[in-house]
Amino acid sequence: MRKSKDRLRNESPNQNPRGVTDPGASGPDQSLPRPFAGAGGGCSAEGGAAKARGASGTWCEPDRPGRIKLLQNRVLLGRQSVSSTCTPLGSTMIHSLFLINSSGDIFLEKHWKSVVSRSVCDYFFEAQERATEAENVPPVIPTPHHYLLNVYRHKIFFVAVIQTEVPPLFVIEFLHRVVDTFQDYFGVCSEVVIKDNVVVVYEVLEEMLDNGFPLATESNILKELIKPPTILRTVVNTITGSTNVGDQLPTGQLSVVPWRRTGVKYTNNEAYFDVIEEIDAIIDKSGSTITAEIQGVIDACVKLTGMPDLTLSFMNPRLLDDVSFHPCVRFKRWESERILSFIPPDGNFRLLSYHVSAQNLVAIPVYVKHNISFRDSSSLGRFEITVGPKQTMGKTVEGVMVTSQMPKGVLNMSLTPSQGMHTFDPVTKLLSWDVGKINPQKLPSLKGTMSLQAGTSKPDENPTINLQFKIQQLAISGLKVNRLDMYGEKYKPFKGIKYMTKAGKFQVRT
Amino acid sequence: MSASPAYSEEKGGSSSLGEPEYGHDPASGGIFSSDYKRHDDLKEMLDSNKDSLKLEAMKRIVAMIARGKNASDLFPAVVKNVACKNIEVKKLVYVYLVRYAEEQQDLALLSISTFQRGLKDPNQLIRASALRVLSSIRVPIIVPIMMLAIKEAASDMSPYVRKTAAHAIPKLYSLDSDQKDQLIEVIEKLLADKTTLVAGSVVMAFEEVCPERIDLIHKNYRKLCNLLIDVEEWGQVVIINMLTRYARTQFLSPNQNESLLEENPEKAFYGSDEEDSKDDKPDAASLVKRKPYVMDPDHRLLLRNTKPLLQSRNAAVVMAVAQLYFHLAPKAEVGVIAKALVRLLRSHSEVQWVVLQNVATMSIKRRGMFEPYLKSFYIRSTDPTQIKILKLEVLTNLANETNISTILREFQTYIRSMDKDFVAATIQAIGRCATNIGKVRDTCLNGLVQLLSNRDELVVAESVVVIKKLLQMQPSQHSEIIKHMAKLTDNIQVPMARASILWLIGEYCEHVPKIAPDVLRKMAKSFTSEEDIVKLQVINLAAKLYLTNSKQSKLLTQYVLNLAKYDQNYDIRDRARFIRQLIVPTEKSGALNKYAKKLFLAQKPAPILESSFKDRDHFQLGSLSHLLNAKAVGYQELPDWPDEAPDPSVRNVEEETAFLIESHIGLLGELREVPEWTKCTSREKRKEKVEKPFYSDSEGESGPTESADSEPESVSESESESGSSSSESGSDSGSRGEESGDQSEEEKKKKKKGKEGPRKACLESAGSDPSEEEEEQGKKGKKKKPQHEGKGGSETSWEEGSISESSSSESDSGSEAEESQSEPESKRRTTPPSSKPAPKASRKGTKEISLLDLDDFTPAPPQPASSPAIVSTSLVTDLEGLTLTDASLTPTMLSPVFSTVKTYELLHRMAGEGLSVEYYFNRQPFPPDPHMVAVQIQFSNNTESEVKNLRVSEPKLVSGMRIQEFQEIESLAPGDTANVIMGIDFCDSTQAANFQLCTHSRQFYVSIQPPVGELMAPVFMSENEFKKEQGKLTGMSEITEKLTLPDKCQSDHTIVQRVTAAANVSRVPCGADNEYRFAAKTVTSGSLVLITLEWKEGARAHLTVNSEKMVIGTMLVQDVSQALAQ
Repeated sequence: MRKSKDRLRNESPNQNPRGVTDPGASGPDQSLPRPFAGAGGGCSAEGGAAKARGASGTWCEPDRPGRIKLLQNRVLLGRQSVSSTCTPLGSTMIHSLFLINSSGDIFLEKHWKSVVSRSVCDYFFEAQERATEAENVPPVIPTPHHYLLNVYRHKIFFVAVIQTEVPPLFVIEFLHRVVDTFQDYFGVCSEVVIKDNVVVVYEVLEEMLDNGFPLATESNILKELIKPPTILRTVVNTITGSTNVGDQLPTGQLSVVPWRRTGVKYTNNEAYFDVIEEIDAIIDKSGSTITAEIQGVIDACVKLTGMPDLTLSFMNPRLLDDVSFHPCVRFKRWESERILSFIPPDGNFRLLSYHVSAQNLVAIPVYVKHNISFRDSSSLGRFEITVGPKQTMGKTVEGVMVTSQMPKGVLNMSLTPSQGMHTFDPVTKLLSWDVGKINPQKLPSLKGTMSLQAGTSKPDENPTINLQFKIQQLAISGLKVNRLDMYGEKYKPFKGIKYMTKAGKFQVRT
Repeated sequence: MSASPAYSEEKGGSSSLGEPEYGHDPASGGIFSSDYKRHDDLKEMLDSNKDSLKLEAMKRIVAMIARGKNASDLFPAVVKNVACKNIEVKKLVYVYLVRYAEEQQDLALLSISTFQRGLKDPNQLIRASALRVLSSIRVPIIVPIMMLAIKEAASDMSPYVRKTAAHAIPKLYSLDSDQKDQLIEVIEKLLADKTTLVAGSVVMAFEEVCPERIDLIHKNYRKLCNLLIDVEEWGQVVIINMLTRYARTQFLSPNQNESLLEENPEKAFYGSDEEDSKDDKPDAASLVKRKPYVMDPDHRLLLRNTKPLLQSRNAAVVMAVAQLYFHLAPKAEVGVIAKALVRLLRSHSEVQWVVLQNVATMSIKRRGMFEPYLKSFYIRSTDPTQIKILKLEVLTNLANETNISTILREFQTYIRSMDKDFVAATIQAIGRCATNIGKVRDTCLNGLVQLLSNRDELVVAESVVVIKKLLQMQPSQHSEIIKHMAKLTDNIQVPMARASILWLIGEYCEHVPKIAPDVLRKMAKSFTSEEDIVKLQVINLAAKLYLTNSKQSKLLTQYVLNLAKYDQNYDIRDRARFIRQLIVPTEKSGALNKYAKKLFLAQKPAPILESSFKDRDHFQLGSLSHLLNAKAVGYQELPDWPDEAPDPSVRNVEEETAFLIESHIGLLGELREVPEWTKCTSREKRKEKVEKPFYSDSEGESGPTESADSEPESVSESESESGSSSSESGSDSGSRGEESGDQSEEEKKKKKKGKEGPRKACLESAGSDPSEEEEEQGKKGKKKKPQHEGKGGSETSWEEGSISESSSSESDSGSEAEESQSEPESKRRTTPPSSKPAPKASRKGTKEISLLDLDDFTPAPPQPASSPAIVSTSLVTDLEGLTLTDASLTPTMLSPVFSTVKTYELLHRMAGEGLSVEYYFNRQPFPPDPHMVAVQIQFSNNTESEVKNLRVSEPKLVSGMRIQEFQEIESLAPGDTANVIMGIDFCDSTQAANFQLCTHSRQFYVSIQPPVGELMAPVFMSENEFKKEQGKLTGMSEITEKLTLPDKCQSDHTIVQRVTAAANVSRVPCGADNEYRFAAKTVTSGSLVLITLEWKEGARAHLTVNSEKMVIGTMLVQDVSQALAQ
């Protein structure tokens, strides 16, 4: 006990000298395990600057006994001789991953190669400070020896550390895939959930990348390798002391349909497809449409036994202007027949996303009448908005929600809604009005006054109104699924299709 | 300060940096409060015999690692468990080992033997996982072991293990680069691997270890292109990036001639337009006219095979394809990527950010590409600022004379935004628009001047700065604006703006000689109350005025300088003193005084307003370096196009592969035509209904006896359509067409030469460039179409036709040439009905002398000349037989092989209560499963009522046989017919496939029995290969029969025709006159079937069949000799 403590203590001074060597000398040292990291010319100056930031700033390498250092030096020499004859090393993929919460704590780290010290995240924190808002943190942050690529989702920054040239989208897309996988595993992806399931998370990450290169990213395969936690399994695990590591081997990786796990069995065979369309629109002051597009997706939940081969056809496939597929879709069949033919993954997946172009006229299902005015003289402003249905094909517009970022000069608002609830946050100046359903006979409206900061002149900008709504059983583009057929299996599946139209990025300028 | 605090933080979590984190995390805090004690009990747990305790301990250790805590002191205790039987414990031990092995090298060696054992495991997954962990342990001592393991795994049976070996290569390389040469050997070997699983990983290893060894790619280039679509998405990105570089070194620039012309945005615009209409044929043709550049077919192959990947769900793949097109495609074709990139803008904001940066660079070079998507770049108030600014950049790049008014209107709304950084960027954007587009310069200036009255300091400052820049560009015309700005000094309170105005007036005081002194007067009055920055500019203005107009301003200047002399700010005092010395001549300062004017009134260069994305495209797009606009570590320059193309033959592999590639070209080439077909379908259907009664009549006539007689009456028209459309589709591959025009004329003449030389003609035509054929065929196909429509046969299933055909045209050039022969024939067949219009009759004349004399080789067709539909169907069968056999031929070897297709009855209309079903083997490959024989089934409803829900059910199959059912036909109207294709895997046996045919009301038991000749698919072979293969198949596998050929069966045509009618084989070229050779492979097992017919003197002949499958061989001999003896 005591002994080990002492050993640890003794060790650290040994390593200190390597840490405090002057920048020039430590340059090559640092790049030992990845000798080309420092090879790019401009690094040394930067490195020096970074050193000045603080000792922990750039010390990125794990400490190792000096004996190894000799070995490494030999390697380094060898490498240098190579470098004189060839171009620098090619793409090295993701080196490490740090998960950082909104208050700046690194709560998980995973390394796929040698360890990169978490102090590298200081550069990230710096950038985060500069950006003021989380969404404005640049996705790519260069540091003297590394590049930090990050995505921000569910209030967590996923920061990947890379060392060499790599297509940035490759990393960003991968990080998003990681988040999607967590969501798939745990239902939600949050700091608490990740901390609670840290072992599963770690195992999943271990399988997703091999030496920094994506290995198994299909959630079906991952779930075969590492079972997602369920309440039942958690109970069983605590009793029997087992983990979620799958005891069988990942056969899915070997099959021709790598996205589907083998030996799927269900008693109720069901296949549900949700056609969800989102309207992205900008409506100008006078109510005319500046731009409107429909972005649609078909999300599927397929629970079918065996290896079903499905085909999905549309009544009007020519509507789809631009599509992107899940890898299971047979591209050629689509090109030649406009039929989606695929062996589905097991469970939930996004089969298709499509785009109906702005060239087609998009029906805008709601309108907003607004009268927002500030007066120069008084410190009061008028605020009045009414929401009404426009082209809804006879369907009800529900889940209507109006949000608007008011100008800084607005101190408070006193409003009365004809229905629903409204709130105004005087700090963030965010007005939100949860309208609910639109009754065409009695249009919902929100009227009242705004009080402005005394003494300041009227704000020169009017707030934009963001709208959310939902229309069930309607695909606004008119897309219709013709039929779904299953081949390859004998049973009759239960098939279901649902349509929904939602507001995407729907804005009304005032 | 040193690294030690950080280090101890890792150990114990006591440093200031680490502390808050632990505070937030009660769990870890619990562990680490008594850190070392915990470790002791962890050791105990690991040493215990119970797996559950070990597991618990490992879970806690992994949790420590995850939080970045040091658990290295547990190494000895953990490593002991590496051989643990429990797979869960084992996995966690692996995680630990990989993390700490580097730090505890000696101890790590203890685990190696376990992995070495694992490498020999019979289970491929265990072998793979052992290799994976072994190679992840960064211990230099085991390099030789790793090397050995990798070498062994690279030739493993299992592709998964080979994939793991590919992954291990970069790991070993980073550990010891001395192994490079050996590793390259392994890479070379793995590059030759044909599985998609390995491809991505090995290219990744290639990129990391030896990206300079481009020569390793040559032989694998075509294979990689063809595999690409089936490789997993991450591998696709790596391969595409590598191929981009490869193509840059191996091919010529497709835009080389265009680069001579001035880069003209207008032209780019049109180019992209044509792309959008999905019809780049004329465009390609016009390009060819302009220049002699011919694209290397391999270059085309790459472009064509990557294009479908634009539809990937993975943004990285889309981006990779986009950059490939941007760097490699002819200008006119680059436009296709715009749509996909715009789609990515809907994705997460990080993806948007990267994509927008790339779009910004692209939009400078190729503005036209994104112009149709202008509105997709409009900015929403909810976009993050960094996205807004990038979108603004793109909008500015896209602005031109036609859309500037819309863009400016849009900018006007942005200026009122609450996001001031964004407003500032907008103002700059307006400035750039104004400089680029002269037409709107005044409007922009006026707008900007109005902005000067904005309340926001940032806005005003930015406007003034921009105005200043704009004015500097055309110093002669702007005195009005300067005057206006001078007036503004009364109202504008923002110091920065006031200062800027004063600078402007001072700089251009010569343009406003009257106003300038007045402004100075006003400023002198309010000098004391001004901000410092304004005071400085007042001094500047005074100095400049003194130099130019000392008469009016001398006193004012002195007044100002005196005021400044006693200012509170020492900057201002200093400045005043300095300027006084400089401009007011005294005895002491004479030397500098002379230069005062030069110093103050030097010509200041106008600032250049241009995009920060200009010239960024010298970095490969989509790369990190491009994003940072600086060379990232390990970035490899995109090489420039070579002046002369390196030898393309380095990419040639054995013929087998080459022909596969051709087929791929064909496949992809067809895709674009599809929309047209689908458009036709509805129209066609309508027509067909009108003529229905007639058709079904004839259907009724062909009774069971007749159909057994093999007459092709019920063959669907759609087949002929598919034939023609396949030729049509071939044409769009021809970006080099055009010159082919006259050549194909020649070709026609050759064909007219007559019967005696059909083979010669076709060999010649085959010799010419394949693309020419394609081009020509494209035209013909189109011409032909209306004809078919007129006939209005039963073209119910265009779509089906198109699938089968899409896969059938394996080597398009081959099929094209062949097609051209069938062409006259088909036309002729369509003409017999006298009701045909005159122009067609004249065509008939030319066809009479065509090389294909049909009467000769259609085995006594009971010509039902009364019905045009039927006639055409019989020709259809010919045609279709053609496409099939051709499919296997390469351009260099062609032989006319024809076949008629027999129709069989599945359900007689009496038995079927009015529903009659017939089937035939269409001899097309069955795309969903290559091991299946495609059976085309035609339903005709002769009842008075609708037949619903036609489908297959309850197949009773002999073991091994499989059926791919057709899609259920929902309803069949009375008198209607429908065609479907189903696939049956007969397992190379002639046993019947039994199943039920169900309608909504009835079930019929039916069976399909294939003639032995239909169980095979033609293959291409050269004479030598044929002989070689034949040599292998002697003895038991050889069956010979003597036969006498009847008189009417003694011409080349007839023999070939009859053999191919009896079996689905293709002709193999043969030197000897009196010998005929045919080759095929059985569909299920792929074993070769070779047929030789030797024609002895007189009518005697020897028929030899060589096949591994003796049953098939025997039956085939019978069938063929029967066919010949008829």
